[in-house]
Amino acid sequence: MADTLDELRDTLQQCIHCGLCLPVCPTYELTRRERSSPRGRISLMKAVAARELEPGEIFAKEMGDCLGCLACQTACPAGVDYASLIETARAEVETRGLNDSPSRSFWRWLALEQLFMNPRALRLAGRMLRLYQKSGLDRAARRLGVTRLLPKSLRDLEPQTPRITAAFSNELIEPCETSTSPPKHRVALLTGCVQDLVFSDINRDTADVLLANGCEVHTPPLQPCCGSLHAHNGAPELARELARRLIDLLPPERFDAIISNSGGCGSHLRHYGKLLAGDPAYAARARLWDSKLRDIHEWLIETGCRPPLAAPQDAPLTVTYHDSCHLAHGQKVVRQPRELLDGIPGVTTVSLPEASWCCGSAGIYNITRPETSAALMERKVGHVIGTSASHLATANPGCHLQLARGLADAGSPVELIQPVTLLARAYRRESLT
Amino acid sequence: MNALLDDLRQHCGADRVLSEATDLIPYSFDGTAELRQMPAAVVFPRSTAEVAACVKSAVHHGVPIVTRGAGTGLSGGSVPVPGCLVICMVDLKAILAVDPAILTLRAQPGAITADIDAAAGKHGLFYPPDPGSMRVSTIGGNVAENSGGLRGLKYGVTRDYVMGLEVVLPDGSITRLGNACVKDVAGYSMKDLFIGSEGTLGIITEVLLKLLPRPAARRTMLASYDRMEDAARTVSAIIAAKIIPCTLEFLDRMTIRCVEDFSKIGLPLDCEALLLMETDGHPAAVADEAAEMEKIALSHGARDIRSARDDAEALTLSSARRNAFTALARVRPTTIVEDVTVPRDKLAEMVAFIAETAAAHRLQVGTFGHMGDGNLHPTFLTDERDTEEMGRVHLALDAIVDKTLALGGTITGEHGVGLAKKAWLPRQFDPASLDLMRTIKRSLDPANLLNPGKIFDC
Ligand SMILES: Cc1cc2nc3c(=O)[nH]c(=O)nc-3n(C[C@H](O)[C@H](O)[C@H](O)COP(=O)(O)OP(=O)(O)OC[C@H]3O[C@@H](n4cnc5c(N)ncnc54)[C@H](O)[C@@H]3O)c2cc1C
Ligand code: SF4
Ligand code: SF4
Repeated sequence: MADTLDELRDTLQQCIHCGLCLPVCPTYELTRRERSSPRGRISLMKAVAARELEPGEIFAKEMGDCLGCLACQTACPAGVDYASLIETARAEVETRGLNDSPSRSFWRWLALEQLFMNPRALRLAGRMLRLYQKSGLDRAARRLGVTRLLPKSLRDLEPQTPRITAAFSNELIEPCETSTSPPKHRVALLTGCVQDLVFSDINRDTADVLLANGCEVHTPPLQPCCGSLHAHNGAPELARELARRLIDLLPPERFDAIISNSGGCGSHLRHYGKLLAGDPAYAARARLWDSKLRDIHEWLIETGCRPPLAAPQDAPLTVTYHDSCHLAHGQKVVRQPRELLDGIPGVTTVSLPEASWCCGSAGIYNITRPETSAALMERKVGHVIGTSASHLATANPGCHLQLARGLADAGSPVELIQPVTLLARAYRRESLT
Repeated sequence: MNALLDDLRQHCGADRVLSEATDLIPYSFDGTAELRQMPAAVVFPRSTAEVAACVKSAVHHGVPIVTRGAGTGLSGGSVPVPGCLVICMVDLKAILAVDPAILTLRAQPGAITADIDAAAGKHGLFYPPDPGSMRVSTIGGNVAENSGGLRGLKYGVTRDYVMGLEVVLPDGSITRLGNACVKDVAGYSMKDLFIGSEGTLGIITEVLLKLLPRPAARRTMLASYDRMEDAARTVSAIIAAKIIPCTLEFLDRMTIRCVEDFSKIGLPLDCEALLLMETDGHPAAVADEAAEMEKIALSHGARDIRSARDDAEALTLSSARRNAFTALARVRPTTIVEDVTVPRDKLAEMVAFIAETAAAHRLQVGTFGHMGDGNLHPTFLTDERDTEEMGRVHLALDAIVDKTLALGGTITGEHGVGLAKKAWLPRQFDPASLDLMRTIKRSLDPANLLNPGKIFDC
């Protein structure tokens, strides 16, 4: 991965400014201003690389306004690698200190350099948050107005804080589990950060689905963050460090596949080769890692997922599917989750208009750009309600949280669920039938 | 300039006027390679009255104006001229009315071409012109370029669907030309003057379009060939058999490779040419024509024919063609696309000449285009940062233009002259014709402020 736009001149030149990416870009659709379009952003990066533009506040803001949804990359027939461009542009914004303010620097330091660099610290923070939420102190604090002491940005965020699960992944999944002997495949399961704190049950579901498909599942209890948060937010050095730690923890040569069940992490995880290209000690293993990395849905379809014999519940479900940007555009996994859903007994699928349009969660975008995020969420929620589905399936913790909140706010009874959860429930009920 | 900016903010509101470098850079180009120029300001009017007010102020301050739609043009039409005001029409994007009783549609100039056809479709109607850029381009830009599309063979070009226009003239006055009548011979057909005028004579602020009933059936087929001449002979044979399909588009080997690389739809990579054939209309007629076309293709050397099973596959096949131009950019950093058009019987000769010329100048070229219309898009794959190679590209282009004119063709079939083809215009026209054009330009825009220096110098 390049650290400055100057190193990416050839990638920048690949854009022939034809505009075919404009109709898929949510920020262009909302603003109708080229600055907020893919080719507009690329033209600004080109100008910075050619030293025709001294990047300033507007440039920094614009790079931050991009959702990083990568819909433009899917749409671009010229094959412009927009993902590398936007990551590098953000790194450049950070190294030039264009976004600096004392409070931002503090939170950035806390999140990127402390919590998400150290899985123990993150779980500790998670445990504290869990206590706070369980004690009912959160509601009390809000009632008493104590939260008003927090800065505005945090105050808005506080009620959005997801509920921390009662048990983390390591309490639910053994380091090595197997159900058939001999196992057909030996796989490693990545438990993620947000996924681990908030959706450890989905990690359990993923393990169960893998077991039901003849895998021996290795799940180290304490896993470092994959570094996607760091790479997407202009901290490539930290991202590299985390990648090295993860490769050391799960040597790719030992597994048939390394499984990710979070769209956002997976999209970053499968590009370690590029990230570590300049590191002679790790470059080759990082490439091997990439070749082993699979999204769970991709892996299941590739290895011939065994169709469940039972339905996930007694009552029939109607399910519609929302594409996580980083699963659909970042990893090009589009048909597999749909095929899996189609194969579950008792599930009727209906298609969602604009299914691959960003829901506004976009990593920490809902925190940094709450208004744009809300506009995108409302648009998505409107489409979901229009399908008259009983369940909305998606496969990324960020989308899951964002859409669950959006649907609840809209008073909709539609329930959020992940495809692996439906599959796991169906497998579990097989013994009952 | 500051005085003009103040005026514009008055007319349209401060948030609709851009003047910071970071805001302007993204408006310093269109879809054309090599051309770049910063404007002084960009304004986004929301009504005809605001457009007229902006024009009056710019003229008052002596500032040149460049009108811009979506900026997908391929001849530099909406590339700024130094110190100019760009009037960008994207916020005037409403589809105002569809009238199924008289088959018309009224829209603002910034409406997207594909949205216009979709709006017509809701009433079982059809807006046929479908440039490759239809999901992005604006109807105003289409009218200003008189754009063609993939269905030109049967349905013609944008001009054939324009019944009326509202235009802001260079003095800021507003005029309405044409009407909803099928027949009208009152006075000169002034609307026709503005169709294809590339933003040099007036700013289109509303369009009245003719619609057709939506064809009930459609069949899409893709024939592959080992020799390009066979594809060209197939086209001639189909036309000679008195069949007018809506689409006869071709891709050469290089283009096929790039499109397949992007879209992964299983195009054959080992053939020299693909011919995309489409027929639409009454189901019985479509079935007959499709069978006949398939037979003709096979008897003229087609190796294989893939027939779309459903609408989704038909769309996949035609998108392959729509993405051709941009997909070619996968190979080299710069793509320079030409738009030469020759009488249909000269097509095979022209295609062969392009290949020879590219080879003679040691250049990479991908060619695709509207075979049924004789309209070719030879696209040179090069690097604008390499001056030596660019020199050879321009020599090759010159040779292609000369050959086109010798065959009785035109330097541009649909992309317009703009800046990119301006140098060649005098080769196509005699001095009297050029003077006639200049006389018209001068009488409408005496101060030469509307898209000055485009098409020709005045
Ligand atoms: C991938 C791709 C495929 C394409 N395929 C085709 C094709 O198949 N057929 C084809 O013909 N073209 C094609 N084009 C070229 C281009 O899309 C057309 O010329 C289109 O009509 C331009 O529309 P626009 O809105 O982008 O106009 P712009 O590029 O913004 O402007 C084009 C010209 O129109 C003028 N103009 C724009 N709006 C107005 C207005 N309201 N009033 C007066 N003047 C105005 C501008 O000044 C300029 O001279 C393609 C381009 C691309 C990038
Ligand atoms: S990013 Fe791709 S689609 Fe967008 S303008 Fe550039 S080349 Fe065209
Ligand atoms: S990543 Fe998404 S928001 Fe950013 S430019 Fe691309 S399409 Fe637009």
